[in-house]
Amino acid sequence: MGEGTTMHITIDGNRYEVGGETTVLEVALAHGIPIPTLCHDPYLSNSGACRICLVELEESGQLVTSCNEAVTDGLVVRTDTERVIAARRDMLDLMLSDHYLDCITCEATGACELQDLAYQYDMEDSTFGSPKERRHEKMAANPFIEFDRDKCILCGKCIRVDREVQCSFAIDFAERGFGTTVTASLGEDLGGEHSTCVFCGQCVDACPTAALTFKPSIRRGRDYQLRPVTTVCPYCGVGCQLTLKLDDSTRSVVRVAGARRENSPNPAGQTCVKGRFAHEFISHPDRLTVPLIREGSGFREATWDEALDHVAGKLTEVVAEHGADSVGGLSSARCTNEENYLMQKFMRAVIGTNNVDHCARLCHASTVAGLGSAFGSGAMTNSLDDLAEADAIFVIGSNPTENHPVIGSMIKAAQAAGSKLVVADPRWIELSEIADVAVQQRPGSDVALINGMIHVILRDGLEDQEFLRERTENFDAIRDIVADYTPQRVAEITGISAEDIEAAAHIYGGADRASMYFAMGITQHHTGTDNVLALANLAMLTGNVGRPGTGVNPLRGQNNVQGACDMGALPNVYPGYQPVTDEAARSKFSEAWGTPLPGEPGLTIVEMLKAAGSDIRALYIMGENPFLSDPDQNHVVKALESLDFLVVQDIFLTETAEFADVIFPAASFAEKDGTFTNTERRVQRVQFALPAPGEAKGDGEILSLLARRMGHEIGGYAFEDVLEEVRSLTPSYAGIAPERLHLGLQWPCPSLDHPGTKILHTEGFARGRGRFHPTVHMPAAEAPDEEYDFVLMTGRMLYHYHTGTMTRRSTAINEREPRAYVEINQEDARRLGVTDEGRVEVASRRGTVTTWARVGLTVPPGHLFMPFHYAESPANRLTDTVLDPVAKIPELKVSAVKIRAVQD
Amino acid sequence: MNSNKEITTIIVGTGTCGLAAGARKVHEYFADKIEESSGPYVLKKTGCLGFCTMEPIVDIEIPGWPRLSFGPVTVENAELLWSMISEGAELPREFVLGAHADPEGILELHDVPILWETPFFRNQTRLVLKNSGIIDPESLEEYLESGGYRGLKRALDLSPVEVVDEVKASGLRGRGGAGFPTGLKWQFAHDAPGDEKYVICNADEGDPGAFMDRSILEGDPHAVIEGLAIAAYAIGASKGYVYCRAEYPLAIRRLTDAIEQAKEAGFLGENILDSGFSFELLIKKGAGAFVCGEETALIASIEGKRGMPRPRPPYPAQSGLWGKPTNINNVETVANVPFILADGAEAFRKYGTEESPGTKVFALTGNVKRSGLVEASMGMRLRDIIFDIGGGVQGDKKFKAVQIGGPSGGCLPEELLDTAVDYDSLVAAGAMMGSGGMVVMDEGTCMVDVAKFFLEFTASESCGKCLPCREGVARLRETLNGIVRAHRDESPEESLLRFQGVTMMEELAEVIRDSAACGLGQTAPNPILSTLKYFKDEYDAHVFERRCPAGVCTALLEYYIDPELCTGCGLCVRKCPDDAILGEKRHPHYISDEKCIRCGTCRQFCPFGAIKVR
Repeated sequence: MGEGTTMHITIDGNRYEVGGETTVLEVALAHGIPIPTLCHDPYLSNSGACRICLVELEESGQLVTSCNEAVTDGLVVRTDTERVIAARRDMLDLMLSDHYLDCITCEATGACELQDLAYQYDMEDSTFGSPKERRHEKMAANPFIEFDRDKCILCGKCIRVDREVQCSFAIDFAERGFGTTVTASLGEDLGGEHSTCVFCGQCVDACPTAALTFKPSIRRGRDYQLRPVTTVCPYCGVGCQLTLKLDDSTRSVVRVAGARRENSPNPAGQTCVKGRFAHEFISHPDRLTVPLIREGSGFREATWDEALDHVAGKLTEVVAEHGADSVGGLSSARCTNEENYLMQKFMRAVIGTNNVDHCARLCHASTVAGLGSAFGSGAMTNSLDDLAEADAIFVIGSNPTENHPVIGSMIKAAQAAGSKLVVADPRWIELSEIADVAVQQRPGSDVALINGMIHVILRDGLEDQEFLRERTENFDAIRDIVADYTPQRVAEITGISAEDIEAAAHIYGGADRASMYFAMGITQHHTGTDNVLALANLAMLTGNVGRPGTGVNPLRGQNNVQGACDMGALPNVYPGYQPVTDEAARSKFSEAWGTPLPGEPGLTIVEMLKAAGSDIRALYIMGENPFLSDPDQNHVVKALESLDFLVVQDIFLTETAEFADVIFPAASFAEKDGTFTNTERRVQRVQFALPAPGEAKGDGEILSLLARRMGHEIGGYAFEDVLEEVRSLTPSYAGIAPERLHLGLQWPCPSLDHPGTKILHTEGFARGRGRFHPTVHMPAAEAPDEEYDFVLMTGRMLYHYHTGTMTRRSTAINEREPRAYVEINQEDARRLGVTDEGRVEVASRRGTVTTWARVGLTVPPGHLFMPFHYAESPANRLTDTVLDPVAKIPELKVSAVKIRAVQD
Repeated sequence: MNSNKEITTIIVGTGTCGLAAGARKVHEYFADKIEESSGPYVLKKTGCLGFCTMEPIVDIEIPGWPRLSFGPVTVENAELLWSMISEGAELPREFVLGAHADPEGILELHDVPILWETPFFRNQTRLVLKNSGIIDPESLEEYLESGGYRGLKRALDLSPVEVVDEVKASGLRGRGGAGFPTGLKWQFAHDAPGDEKYVICNADEGDPGAFMDRSILEGDPHAVIEGLAIAAYAIGASKGYVYCRAEYPLAIRRLTDAIEQAKEAGFLGENILDSGFSFELLIKKGAGAFVCGEETALIASIEGKRGMPRPRPPYPAQSGLWGKPTNINNVETVANVPFILADGAEAFRKYGTEESPGTKVFALTGNVKRSGLVEASMGMRLRDIIFDIGGGVQGDKKFKAVQIGGPSGGCLPEELLDTAVDYDSLVAAGAMMGSGGMVVMDEGTCMVDVAKFFLEFTASESCGKCLPCREGVARLRETLNGIVRAHRDESPEESLLRFQGVTMMEELAEVIRDSAACGLGQTAPNPILSTLKYFKDEYDAHVFERRCPAGVCTALLEYYIDPELCTGCGLCVRKCPDDAILGEKRHPHYISDEKCIRCGTCRQFCPFGAIKVR
């Protein structure tokens, strides 16, 4: 029976209509007919392992497992006969005969599917006798997950979720018969030497008993004692929906369950290790609980009134003395849309300057600039739910399995299902391992690589001429330029073989639907905008825009970096990317806010810091930590020190806050209502889960109170009110009303009856025709020389996030990944006497950092990689502030450094 | 008849079974002799003739004589054969098995029977085994001379649909055990949409004591290649796998060589026989899991995954290897195909019954006089196979049961010996065709012990995926272990569990049969169910009387000394390995039941028959 064929099935005397292929179990579950199952999961392949979903077929009298009984027209099924019940009891009896029944102390009690069935079918114990003593030791050498084999019913859901959703292939069955067990590689514990486990915890979510348990939450409350609140993950831009399980008595998150919601980026409840395990920061004793005012070299506690008055007075004074443009504001990609909206409104309407920016400057400013010019919109063109439809996926300058792990898994699953995969990254990343073509271009040679691919595609006639003709303009401007980028020449520039360049071009250009995913490896260059433009050229050339499984897809790094940009926390645009230089836009906002607004674009982050002490006298930093995140730390320190006045509003006393004159204690994501916009433009509801600690307040509330003290009313801080105001002024958000947030709408959503936009540029481009921009290869700004003979790349790693203020306060995560490191190729290590886990010193023209070496093959010879999460070994002490001329993004990916082994 | 007037050909049966019986040494002996003599001698190999009791078997073709088979040919016997060949010594009549033909009627003179008219062979019908033990399996020429690749040639002249129809018309059913109509299976795979399809030959023969697939692969590898090529052509596959257990190194080697020969001769590879049809055949070695004989587990194993069955539907014909339509047939099934295509469905249907046409190869073993591979026409009675072909029970003991169908089969008692051997009659009787194991048991066999043996096998070979097979079979095994455990070794709790287990055993066995996920699990309780059905009294004796009527379950035995007969000689004390016998010289002795390990040594040595068992 194919799709759309209508069939009828009778279950327990009731007739149901069924369209298309399905199973008896699915029909029953859809209609609320209770059939027990312990191994079925709608997001996983069918296994038929537990056999408890038995039903009786009326015609044949056969007992069959409903999970793999396909519905045929006219099928008559009984789920409630004595025979069925007896058979299910037999199954339970067998299951319990092997089960260590310590329900009284078991973690899963109350949330154990086996226990529920035993209760329902009145099975106090197995008639075969259950084991009264433990037969196996619990395994928990890792900090995250405990495995108790005595509780395992071998339903195999953990293995299937690992294999089919997470794609880590970390666990499987071992042994045979009664001795069958679930095991990690070579019988080691999860996370052992050979383990590929990345501790996403999805196996624990899937486990119907307490065989798998989250180790940090043991003895901290059973499921029914915890209050669930579903909200959005505070880490990367994927924006996974999570269900926090809360203990109100300790104001803490005890554990996290993946939330299964339609219209979300993670419908199967996917999470990564950070979303799952890094929430201890919420109730950490280091949280700021009262306002602090600088006193000498330290701080003293203050009342809100005093602190707010102090800040209001100082800011007013600076504006009066040096003008509004002497104040700068850093908004935050960690805060909600509403808070970002209020921040830019505060800067523009209250202070009177466009000097507002945030860390998107350091990640995707070049994307916004590049895609803005080429397509008319800087956002990810496609949605995660069409990722799997690509025939070919091109990942360049992005390491999704570590930085956007849930997307990384989606790419792996798509590849396993048959999509071709091309990976271009200077490092040999996890995806390189499974790619059809994996290349390691020299840092800073991306334009050459992409132009080379365009050259091959044109040479071999793989371009989409109809698309070029109908949908684009200015193609002729690149034709001559790419003619010079022969595979041989590109090979010389990039260090990739000509064959690989051709192979990559053929896979991307030859696919009907090809998508590309990129991140900081493309954007954080002084040629970042050109890199993005080149990618846009490649996509337009092959007609890979505007259809499912295609697109140019920047992966956004922070939970709400998309939203912060959307809300106009940028020096040149109002919310919805309406230029401040545009008269009509300015007057619209001016009218709405009841105050005249400046018409000149403001300064960007790096420009503000450069101008600190001269043009910039006061800085207001909301939820950012430029001390660690911005390039050239010594320069940042000087900048912060030279300010007349610095206000920092944060949840912790960050390295940046140490320089502040006043620190406001802010609420974390779990302590506020609002919305985050994820990387696929999906606006999602952030739910209030716990009260903020002490006197800490939401960022919006603080801004609102401060504005009032400065004589301005910027509106209430209730998120619904702010969102309504955003809607009224931002056409792309006009349909995203508070009552529609459960729909997970993706902007543009221009009206209240609009379903949101999954794919951009389906008919025309946002700017009309897609525009080709010529791009030429320009070498990185700082080339290695005799003294500084290595190229340093910086970035993130799986376990930690950004400046580590949150993840490094998670005991479990810090146990797993406690210290900073630099990756070095084994050849270089051998030559320099650097040992694995040995102490090394890395120095650039700007500073010196001591850290530990990780020797291996991830980076090619002559290259180093350092994550920038670690305050004690700050990678950004070494990086350079040379900027992309258009997007003003610093070249964080290429610095010339030297490295040597040192004594501990 | 050896038409070559000059040369004498010596053919040594070098199947694994022959090699195990010493054929390698015999082969070496002849090789040395021929080298020394530099006479007109040719030494060849052949596969297994199937007559295990007589291995090693050597055939001789002397000018002017028909081909003669001899067995068992030990090295001493080989010397006699050599003197016959080289010096014209007399025919060593005591180990001549028979002649392959007698066109000139000279045999009577020498009192040599026609091999095919001897008891072991006369009631057999050799279609699948016709080349096995006859031709040199390493020679494509000999396969061609025996009519090989005629089937493929004819198939390529037909359309794929016509080939499928021919196989459907033949009524061939799967020889792996389940008996599904092969033609229908081909049709499903043929009709399934998709450009990429596969054929797989299941050579993961795992039943203890079954070796028909191995013999075919070792003795007639080209028949399997030809059958697979026909199947591939019929369903539209261009790639195939033979999934063969790694424990069959000789079969794998012969098949590997045969594939190379077939490629060179244009029976495999690109554009086969100029038909435009291309077919590549690969061998995948299994790693020893019994369950990988189940088709979905086998597919998982080829894909590099753990061999575990998955739910069907979808059947492999829709979604098999790498998710593509796939046809899987067992070795013996495939080996039937060349004949069907070469001679037509009608010729095939002349053998066997209406519902089960053709023949079936059995591995006849156990307490039977003539054991070996036996190919019988479907519908033959069990009695005829065991008593006529097999010669009846060894040592003329009383027949007790025959176990058919491997570990998942069943034990049939004497009353059912008239059961016809075809798929449906065997199932009706509580056994199954299985892959063709046939174990004959005499009166000294304990049926509880037999059930326990097979259950041990399935319990340790269960893949562990589905609950009834994993846990249920383990519980059944526990119960059987309880039954044969001595009462004195039991705690009161264990006694209680034993009784509970016994009362629930049949029900549990039925639950497993009805609810397990794959064929292995569903049939795992068969040995229990069939022995319970036909030998209930033996269970009762074990459970209620705590005795084993056959005297096999040692833990239930009690050795005691009849004081009337014991002279107190003390021999038993000296022989007892565990100091379990006490007593003073010249006074009746006593066996401590607690210490006795029931080895039976004392009983064996007592000169007065004073030691008895109860």
